[in-house]
Amino acid sequence: MPETCIYIARSSAIAARALAGEMMVMNSADSTFFTLNEVATTIFQAADGHTPLRDIVRDHVCEQFDVDPEQAQADAEQFVAELSGHGILLVSSQPLGSETP
Amino acid sequence: MSLMSEVGQKAFNLGVPLAVHMDVTYRCNERCVHCYLDHDDHGEMTTAEIKDVLDQLAEAGVFFITFSGGEVLLRRDFFEIVEYARRLMFNVKIKTNAVMIHEEEARRIRELGVDTIQISVYSHRPEVHDAITKLPHSFERTVKAIRFLREQGLRVTIANVLMTVNSSDHSGVQALAAELGVQYTLDPTITPMMDGDRSILSLNVDEAALREVFHDEGIAGNVAELCAPPLAPGEDDMDSLPCSAGHTACYVSPYGDVYPCVQFPLPSGNVRRTKFLDIWRHSPQLNEVRSIHLRDMPSCSQCVHGGTCTRCPGLAYLEGNMRGPSHQDCEKSYARTGVPSENLKRRKASSQMLQLVQIQGPHDAMNNGRVMEAGGPL
Repeated sequence: MPETCIYIARSSAIAARALAGEMMVMNSADSTFFTLNEVATTIFQAADGHTPLRDIVRDHVCEQFDVDPEQAQADAEQFVAELSGHGILLVSSQPLGSETP
Repeated sequence: MSLMSEVGQKAFNLGVPLAVHMDVTYRCNERCVHCYLDHDDHGEMTTAEIKDVLDQLAEAGVFFITFSGGEVLLRRDFFEIVEYARRLMFNVKIKTNAVMIHEEEARRIRELGVDTIQISVYSHRPEVHDAITKLPHSFERTVKAIRFLREQGLRVTIANVLMTVNSSDHSGVQALAAELGVQYTLDPTITPMMDGDRSILSLNVDEAALREVFHDEGIAGNVAELCAPPLAPGEDDMDSLPCSAGHTACYVSPYGDVYPCVQFPLPSGNVRRTKFLDIWRHSPQLNEVRSIHLRDMPSCSQCVHGGTCTRCPGLAYLEGNMRGPSHQDCEKSYARTGVPSENLKRRKASSQMLQLVQIQGPHDAMNNGRVMEAGGPL
């Protein structure tokens, strides 16, 4: 069975800024506030809408952090699902356009 | 500690300016009786200059930016500025009187992902609001704009300034906010004008009116906690800092001047001449502000309110000494708790002393006082 590609992009409704390696993120729709750890920040920064999540994990997460690729992929999918639920990330099986305002 | 407080502490430890208040213009279409600004344009930053400052603020780590004025929408490039700020992923708040916001502007604000819009409403009675703004029909236009913004699902806060001319209207404005489905905030302090003119301070309400709002649960929240008698400051309190001004926050004027806060007009540099981060890190004025702890304040460190006072260092600066007490905040502490501050006690004693002098020789004492104040040749 072919592996499904997941594409992720940052929502246009969010504000974000790095603070000492961690990312502060706030959704203007409901003012929910998050801080992302270094690994999550790496995925968030690479969420350009046209790089598949598995490539982000392989080229950025596994490249920069000493993690098991399968475990990293599973964790990344869980993280993406969570942030998507809060409207921080957009997820699609097709490449996404830029969401900047 | 909340997540936001943790981030604030981290920014403080790292010396990161987390929040910046930027006035994009001092021009305004209203002429509010209590306003601290001069509304002439003395050379506002251009669109390109503001975009350059925004780039620098993003690089410095600023996350929250508040655009205010004057009336922000008098700048024809205002939406271009907000769009640029959002592209840089700032959390954007806007302060406005809203009279220029119609359906189209409300839609644009929503599309740009603005976090909150704070709008000034001074009374629920149109005639009182319009008399304060000196703009006919401003109440009607402002309320209409709030409805447009709410229709877009935007978060709005009504900001009400308490003064002698509207002191009985705060409940009415609060009810209006509830009807419109927006937040309500009350500011009981009229500040001196930025040029130091103190004439508008006569609009400040008296102690009885202050006491009333501090003891109103609908406004103050937990009255028992807010108005509890103060405990004398402990050793930990002596190292406490007055507020975030100059520590994790600062202000940029339409002319590029950097101050510790919009209410603290201590010139600390200008972004037209110096990079923002150089000002933030190396300005002697900002570093002086950062050096102030409660233990360095001769009067406040001895005051029973020292650990709980909401002393504004900007107001103290405008009263002549950023390390001194702010008389307006002393009055607020007294209105909250019924316990006078050291500063109020001293002022009372000094006023009694003056009365004694006047009884002994009113003309001589007053004349001597005037000559000394003027520093004249006599």
